[in-house]
Amino acid sequence: MTSAQETGGDVRLTGISKTYGSFTAVHPLDLTVPQGSFFALLGASGCGKTTTLRMIAGLEEPSSGTVHLGDQDVTSLPPYKRPVNTVFQSYALFPHLDIFENVAFGLRRRGIKSVKGQVGEMLDLVQLGEQARKKPHQLSGGQQQRVAVARALINHPKVLLLDEPLGALDLKLRRQMQLELKRIQTEVGITFVHVTHDQEEAMTMADTVAVMNGGRVEQLGAPADLYENPRTTFVANFLGTSNFIEAEVAATSGDDLVVKAGDCKLTLPAARCTGPTATGGKVLVGVRPEKISLAHADDAGRIPEGRNRITGRIADSSFIGVSTQYVVHSPVCPSFEVYAQNIERDGRLTPGTEVVLHWNPAHTFALDAAQDIEAGASKVEEDASA
Amino acid sequence: MTTTLTEAPPTKEPEDPAPRKPRKRGRLVPYWLLLPGLLWLVVFFALPLVYQASTSVQTGSLEEGFKVTWHFATYWDALTAYWPQFLRSVLYAGAATVLCLLLGYPLAYLIAFRAGRWRNIILVLVIAPFFTSFLIRTLAWKTILADGGPVVGALNSLHVLDVTSWLGVTADDRVLATPLAVICGLTYNFLPFMILPLYTSLERIDGRLHEAAGDLYAKPSTTFRKVTFPLSMPGVVSGTLLTFIPAVGDYVNADLLGSTDTRMVGNVIQTQFLRVLDYPTAAALSFILMAAILFMVTFYIRKSGTEDLV
Repeated sequence: MTSAQETGGDVRLTGISKTYGSFTAVHPLDLTVPQGSFFALLGASGCGKTTTLRMIAGLEEPSSGTVHLGDQDVTSLPPYKRPVNTVFQSYALFPHLDIFENVAFGLRRRGIKSVKGQVGEMLDLVQLGEQARKKPHQLSGGQQQRVAVARALINHPKVLLLDEPLGALDLKLRRQMQLELKRIQTEVGITFVHVTHDQEEAMTMADTVAVMNGGRVEQLGAPADLYENPRTTFVANFLGTSNFIEAEVAATSGDDLVVKAGDCKLTLPAARCTGPTATGGKVLVGVRPEKISLAHADDAGRIPEGRNRITGRIADSSFIGVSTQYVVHSPVCPSFEVYAQNIERDGRLTPGTEVVLHWNPAHTFALDAAQDIEAGASKVEEDASA
Repeated sequence: MTTTLTEAPPTKEPEDPAPRKPRKRGRLVPYWLLLPGLLWLVVFFALPLVYQASTSVQTGSLEEGFKVTWHFATYWDALTAYWPQFLRSVLYAGAATVLCLLLGYPLAYLIAFRAGRWRNIILVLVIAPFFTSFLIRTLAWKTILADGGPVVGALNSLHVLDVTSWLGVTADDRVLATPLAVICGLTYNFLPFMILPLYTSLERIDGRLHEAAGDLYAKPSTTFRKVTFPLSMPGVVSGTLLTFIPAVGDYVNADLLGSTDTRMVGNVIQTQFLRVLDYPTAAALSFILMAAILFMVTFYIRKSGTEDLV
């Protein structure tokens, strides 16, 4: 695989926005995608991620702002003049052309005569060398998806745009294609901008994820950083699950913040609080379900000192193989989710049991209480047609 | 119940196998549904066809009566006598089909991709001429193309008639009673049969394919050539067939807008049947026309290679 000859460059969106009549699909946003990175735009249907992608492709004209590829301003270039290629949501393979001609389409349009070698090489890269003379409808969904990738990649675009490319595949195939796409990206070194509503997909594949909500980028960062340090309840709830406790800042002790929720005191690193840190400030204390340990109320004495504790009663438990998921009723939080690894299962932990939840204060974060605690909580599982 | 049993045993009989009946009837339903159509085809298509086939090999006269004598020479005689009309029919219908395609494609494209909320209104307008009789509309063309009328005047001053008379489709600075008038009439009358199938197949094309072509460096004109047009081929094929087949056999346009020099095979068949009363020749001509159309259509469909697109 000969890698892109062009020097490439970053994708830079400056103050770009899109409005349809009175509806604003994308609020003015600035975004820089570094060259060679795998970048994901993540969000629910209608959050503006696909519109943003289409503006990079030139399929949608921005209402304001500019699009730069490297040093070149491409804002007013039609799609066929942009060094960018797209893998469409439902692949959009040409039904009247065979796989070979589908993949060769871009090369032929640029007047390249000897396409055979390149197409063969590309079809081998996506493991479809045998299928070259078949029509798209004779291939399975996963194979069609790979043709769509090959058809775009063969042009060595500066940026490859992927619009929910795995949305139509079943779960197992999707996992497989995620790894496959990641492999291809590493191999060819082209910048990938990937639009998805599947947070797991974004986190497994991308170097950088931009979480979008209501036409704005809520937060941008590496997957682990987004997961551990969400800055809004939307990000905290959309990426995985978070438990929130409404609390009030009680005191500061060194680098730690002490907050009060009901009659229990919790500690967290002050650096992990993006809300008000002054005494009396209202915050939402968050903790991820897998960070929490569960102890029977009788064993409360054996919990090490210095851990955050909350008492409650198990409302529900469901065994899902690798872990057991508990829902715990607690005075400070009506349904606390706890994921316990199935290493040593305590047989006494059945619904109705009084328990103590405890976790390392370092795993606690806090957000400004002036936002919707449920934002982003209902995961979008429907076929995203954003 | 007892009275019916003694009085009318035959009515009781179908009640007996009651438990089996519904299943049997269920299996037969498709055939019952098929029956009316099948009967219709047999009575109004197959039987007349057989009757005409037998007529074409009969000899005799109206006074003596016609008898089947297996006189196949009628076919050869009809062909040698009327080949110019056959050729003319194919040429006129071909010209009208090409004109219909050239006029209809842009319109169908506009309705399918650009019309937006006007789409249904334009479609109704396309079909609207059918609300008036075919004959009346063709007679109206007689007025439109009349000598000294505005159309002829305009064509004359634009020197279009010089070109058309050089092509041999008009003569003496007039349009009526020339081949051009017949071709115009055919084009006009069969245009909706071209537009509707074209529209249907264009409308079915996924808009994302246009985007994909643009994304892959195809200019709009290339996108049309490489994606839109090939994908609309089923519509082009069915539209041209729906226009060409009836146009080849048409006689009304040639009758009303043409002259004796523009007679098409339809006119010959009509005259043979209704005025000369030479039924065998008329029937033979009909079969030759049918065979010719069948041959041309088969060749055309093979050639256009749209089997796996339809």
